[in-house]
Amino acid sequence: MEKHHISSYTSHGIVLTVLLTLTALSVTIAELHLGAISVAVALLVASIKGTTVLTYFMHLKYESTFFKVMVAGVFAMYALIIIFTFFDYIFR
Amino acid sequence: MTNPMHDEHHDHLGSKMGMWLFIFTELFLFGGLFLVYAIFRSKYGEDFHHAAEELNVFIGTLNTVVLLISSMTVAMSISAIQKGDSGRAIRLLLLTIVLALVFMVNKYFEWGHKFEFKLYPGSPVLGNLPKGELLFFGLYFMMTGLHALHVVIGCVLLGITIPKIAKKQITSERYTFHENAGLYWHLVDFIWIFLFPMMYLIT
Amino acid sequence: MSTSETHAQVSYLEHQGKYKGILGWLTSTDHKRIALLYMYSMLVFFSVSAILGLLMTIEKAAPGQDIMTAQQYNGFFTIHGVIMIFIIVIPGLAAVFGNFALPIMIGARDVAFPKLNLFSWYLYIIGAILGVLSQFAGDGPPDTGWTFYVPYSAESSTNVIFALTAAFVLGFSSILTGLNFIVTIHRMRAPGMTFFKMPLFPWSLYATAWIQLLATPIIGITLLMVIAERVLHIGFFDPALGGDPVLFQHLFWIYSHPAVYIMILPAMGVVTEIFPTFSQKPVFGYGAIAISSLAIAFVGYFVWGHHMFTSGISYWSRWFFSFLTFIVAIPSAIKVFNWVSTMYGGSIDMKPPLLYAISFIFLFMIGGFTGLTLGSLATNIQLHDTSFVVAHFHYIIFGGMGFAFFAGIHYWYPKIYGRMYSNRWAYIGWGFLFTGFNLLYFPQFIIGIQGMPRRYFDYLPEFQWGHFLSLIGAIILLSGFIIMVSNLIYHRRKGAIAPANPWKGVTLEWQIPSPPPVENFDEIPTITRKPYFFGKD
Repeated sequence: MEKHHISSYTSHGIVLTVLLTLTALSVTIAELHLGAISVAVALLVASIKGTTVLTYFMHLKYESTFFKVMVAGVFAMYALIIIFTFFDYIFR
Repeated sequence: MTNPMHDEHHDHLGSKMGMWLFIFTELFLFGGLFLVYAIFRSKYGEDFHHAAEELNVFIGTLNTVVLLISSMTVAMSISAIQKGDSGRAIRLLLLTIVLALVFMVNKYFEWGHKFEFKLYPGSPVLGNLPKGELLFFGLYFMMTGLHALHVVIGCVLLGITIPKIAKKQITSERYTFHENAGLYWHLVDFIWIFLFPMMYLIT
Repeated sequence: MSTSETHAQVSYLEHQGKYKGILGWLTSTDHKRIALLYMYSMLVFFSVSAILGLLMTIEKAAPGQDIMTAQQYNGFFTIHGVIMIFIIVIPGLAAVFGNFALPIMIGARDVAFPKLNLFSWYLYIIGAILGVLSQFAGDGPPDTGWTFYVPYSAESSTNVIFALTAAFVLGFSSILTGLNFIVTIHRMRAPGMTFFKMPLFPWSLYATAWIQLLATPIIGITLLMVIAERVLHIGFFDPALGGDPVLFQHLFWIYSHPAVYIMILPAMGVVTEIFPTFSQKPVFGYGAIAISSLAIAFVGYFVWGHHMFTSGISYWSRWFFSFLTFIVAIPSAIKVFNWVSTMYGGSIDMKPPLLYAISFIFLFMIGGFTGLTLGSLATNIQLHDTSFVVAHFHYIIFGGMGFAFFAGIHYWYPKIYGRMYSNRWAYIGWGFLFTGFNLLYFPQFIIGIQGMPRRYFDYLPEFQWGHFLSLIGAIILLSGFIIMVSNLIYHRRKGAIAPANPWKGVTLEWQIPSPPPVENFDEIPTITRKPYFFGKD
């Protein structure tokens, strides 16, 4: 079996701390009732958290380039679906 | 016996690739619902705002924390098995399943609370709400319900992993199944990371 | 139990595993056996659905009610569509020839996940049975059309839930097949076979598999939402509850348009194998064909809106989707040019597979051009929901995918069964199929332009000539199908023994015995050349 990167327990702990901090941040910002931008902020924080999970917990950082390209491509496809559907709803 | 080659040619990377591809289909499955959410949110912003205030941010946050911790324990259990520490790997997996159960119990109380106030699909109370709020609760039950189903599937996968470790079918040399079950569990967490702000926070 | 050395040369047809007879087939994870399981089940369902089609044609032979009521007619076209789309053409070529030929063509002993492959087939059968059960269980056959458009599908008192569940399960099966193929192609190519030394049928399957993977979940969740709407009264698509029926159409076509490419890409892949073999000449523009498969898959993913031009979507949205629809014609045309150029200057041997492949081009082009007529905004308004549309997609699906399937089965038949069929009967069968097909569907173009709506069981008398010609065509077509199938079934055991390479093909499947041994290769070959090397450059 090929050599694999083994993440240390401490690094997992650090990742969790980051994720929990971001969660706290997200909840706090939501309490401020910033109106329109609160949606954008909440989704931005969620995206950062999601990327963190993909990169560290799901080991994407240590996978080959192909895996990274594949994941990025899939999210790009999904973004295009959303955009093209909204092409209808925005201009209707 | 029909195919003696398979064991020799055990392909760790291939199996992992298969799991990722499956995760993509799961993402698109939820993606369809996220799209519906986005469309209706843009159409009924105010109603979604009011309906979301009905949800308990505390329980939502608690569940987020629980799932994030469980994601870490799964990741740690994989580190443990890679280092050959199967005892610790099993303990961490058990902890993960306990956390998943905590999540489900919370969910149960949360849903139960909604049902108490007759806020379930098809109820007369819900029918009298503004259309946007009605759709919000429809989406809420559909999305969290489907997510809860995935929590259960994830638990089953992790539950299968434990005896495999105990029986030395999963070792530091060969832990593909363990890693794939872990990937699935992270997917469950990943989806919740987006569900949480969409349902509880965007008020 | 024998060891792998002794059974290495036993053909997969005769191989004796743990179980005997039919159980040996139902538990086999051999990709070749699974391919045949798919093919036999498809033959059964296709026959059922074709007879439903014939009955509908008979009903329409004369105006007014002839042999069935309007409600029965609605049920017939629904189940005809569900079977043909979800059970025949979507799995179709990929599940049969993909399973049979893909591992051999890339020099592998099996697919990446053989057990998952068998599981896919079981899911397929469960889905198919659910689909058929929907006809009998509950309150009558579903009458929504295979498109399940809301709000009617949420309201119809017929047994829609069964049909929806069937489509969901079949979709899951399709996803798992796609997943299997992607991993197989990435991980199991023979040493030396880079992506650009891979034959073109695997290329087309690769592109297809990605669409299967990324489009099918969307219909899965959409069908679940319709079920939730029926059972739980959540109003995602019901305007009375705030929902949006057009949103359903978006979600439905986000899958169901790419589904057309799930059908047609492997078909293109099959004929791409046939042209070089029967011209004894390397395929023209290898790279262009390979890349155009990916291009079709990618662009084809984003043209779903062209099914909704009359549904009230926004002006810019119509403009945009129409534009993309025209773009997707380019890679398709590239392929057609390449096939024709492959034949140019070759030593053409007009064996049945090539004849079918050439008729594929002819019929596919008629289907493609009429597709452009439908894809442009102005003409679409006139033609939408007329029998012109019906004729168009039958030219693509039956004329394209169906004839490619016939080409494929005549091409790989000697490899599959180790026997030859009768060429004479194959030609006769082709004559009936080709004549019958055109006679059946071409008149539908004309009466469609004149205003004959689709999915109507009755019509004005001036359309009768068209429907009558269609009936004659349907009878000829069905006779042709029976001739073709009988020829193939009869010679499966009685035909002349086929050599390993009857067509002088150069891809890997022709380098091993016919029928192939259980694990395909004694020794995995090492690839040094481009595919399609006929000994001269």
